[in-house]
Amino acid sequence: MTDLGIAVNSVETGSRGAVRMFLRNKAAVFGLVIFTLISLITVFGPGLYGTSARKMVAPPFLGPGDDLGPLLGTDYLGRDILAGVITGGRTTLLVAVVAALMTMTFGLVIGSLAGYFGGWIDALLMRFTEIFQVMPSLLFALVVIFLLGPGTRNETLAIGLTMWPAAARLTRAEFLRWREMEFVKAARAIGCSDLRIMFRTILPNAMPPLLTWTTLIVVTAILFHAGLAFLGLVDINSVSWGSMMGKNRGYALTAWWTVAFPGAAIMITGLSIALIGDGLQDAFNPKLRGR
Amino acid sequence: MTALARGIGSRLGQAIGLLLAVVVVVFFLIQLAPGDAALYLAGDQGVGDAEFLAQVRADYGLDQPLLVQLGTYVGNVAQLNLGESIYFNEPVLGLIVERLFATVLLAGTSLLFAVGLGVAIGVYTARRPESPMSSAATVTSLVGFSTPVFYSAIMVIVLFAAKWSLLPVGGMEDVRYDGNWVGETIDLLQHLILPALSLGIIYLAIYSRLARASMLEVLESDYIRTARAKGAHERVVVYKHALRNAIIPVVTTVGLQVGALFSGALLVEFVFGWPGIGRLAVNSILRRDSPMLLGIMIFGSAMTIVANLLTDLAYRLIDPRIRVGGSR
Repeated sequence: MTDLGIAVNSVETGSRGAVRMFLRNKAAVFGLVIFTLISLITVFGPGLYGTSARKMVAPPFLGPGDDLGPLLGTDYLGRDILAGVITGGRTTLLVAVVAALMTMTFGLVIGSLAGYFGGWIDALLMRFTEIFQVMPSLLFALVVIFLLGPGTRNETLAIGLTMWPAAARLTRAEFLRWREMEFVKAARAIGCSDLRIMFRTILPNAMPPLLTWTTLIVVTAILFHAGLAFLGLVDINSVSWGSMMGKNRGYALTAWWTVAFPGAAIMITGLSIALIGDGLQDAFNPKLRGR
Repeated sequence: MTALARGIGSRLGQAIGLLLAVVVVVFFLIQLAPGDAALYLAGDQGVGDAEFLAQVRADYGLDQPLLVQLGTYVGNVAQLNLGESIYFNEPVLGLIVERLFATVLLAGTSLLFAVGLGVAIGVYTARRPESPMSSAATVTSLVGFSTPVFYSAIMVIVLFAAKWSLLPVGGMEDVRYDGNWVGETIDLLQHLILPALSLGIIYLAIYSRLARASMLEVLESDYIRTARAKGAHERVVVYKHALRNAIIPVVTTVGLQVGALFSGALLVEFVFGWPGIGRLAVNSILRRDSPMLLGIMIFGSAMTIVANLLTDLAYRLIDPRIRVGGSR
């Protein structure tokens, strides 16, 4: 299979070059550092900080920096906002990452089959995809949770179900682009199986845009889960940034910190991942830099 | 012209087929839900014996085979009958249509603001790719992309209402102006500004980035160099030759984003108490009003399908190379 190795090899050097390009991009590295920090805080923070996000520790509505209270103040029940911000990422990040993986897996299978085989398989799969694409995403997720009930598993399912069509379309477009290339024809000519061509020959080449896309999917999933939590439609026992904002919403006018800090946490997390995605895109496709 | 008519006809046929498929999916989603619908309905009326349950099953056709139930359901939707709301005891469709104006007004204003200003920013920064303004626009668009729309909504409220108390932050109208249409219109616009701004800011980020990328690409193409070489005025080159092509991806995205816009509007309506379809959807969940929620879902999908259809037609107007009905 040496003749196939050429294409794959050039991808190898390409990806090593891409890593160098990525590391030279200051904004992307900054995003990576921030995201690593957030992940560490999310995993170890609650244990190290000690105060529970569910416990009432001080009088309600203490402002940030108030001598009596915790650093970022307290909410309407006197719970520590900082503890909530530290703990609040757990569910959201878990749901977002699993939902993104689900989205990419499902999108990859449907998209690659449609793009590679074309013809009636393509037509059928794309019609199927379209059905899910025209249903307003948040509404669809609301319906799924309404019917199946809240809980981490159903929330992940609801978000994954609404996001895969875009991933399928992108994968399909990539497969359509690569399947007519010389090296793919060569692979077919020497009798490689369809599966081998799809996943060993085409997929490595289609990977860069899909990887960039995955980062966008994770950001969207985070916002999605935060939105559901904000509306109060997730498991009421879980503490998350979105649910903190939803519960304190009515007091925002007098106690801005109860919503501002959890919201900032969502925004900074999303932004750090978006910066990584931007860096990946530039690294994989230097021609598009700065767009 | 007949080719165009045929193209539009086939698109319409596809759209109807798509809507039918959505209705079928919604029907099966209901079947997937755990629990017995008859028990639930009977529970509403506070009766639970076997005889009453059988009566409920017969009344709602729940004793029929699944396919017959599906046929009835699709038939009802085809006759614009989306069922009755459990909470209001009124037809679902009427309740949705009552709130359609509010949602379209909010979403439309935000979209107009986002696309209009976004394209302007995109064109401006694309012509000066190295300027600080240009990198500021890139960063801002990333921030906009990662900000939850309900966060921007709440922060807008905190700023404009708590700090400066400039504009109303809840509802859509004030009872003071009843009967006076000039006063009513001004009042409505005042109520509209903040919700539309919070939703528009998020989409502004998306469209300015998209317009910039698209404009940068078009400005590099050969025909622009030709136009410049033959001595066309720079303004004509940018706003006539380049913009016409650069706007195509923006139009595509507007069409694709209608569903997402509806989702964003839902959250903004919830925060501002805006009496639209989105708030009705959230309230229907809290009231366990499933016919209402599913009706909104079908209606929202229909709106998206119509929007996609209009996008296809818009292509035709902007770019004569694209045939409606043909493959793109």
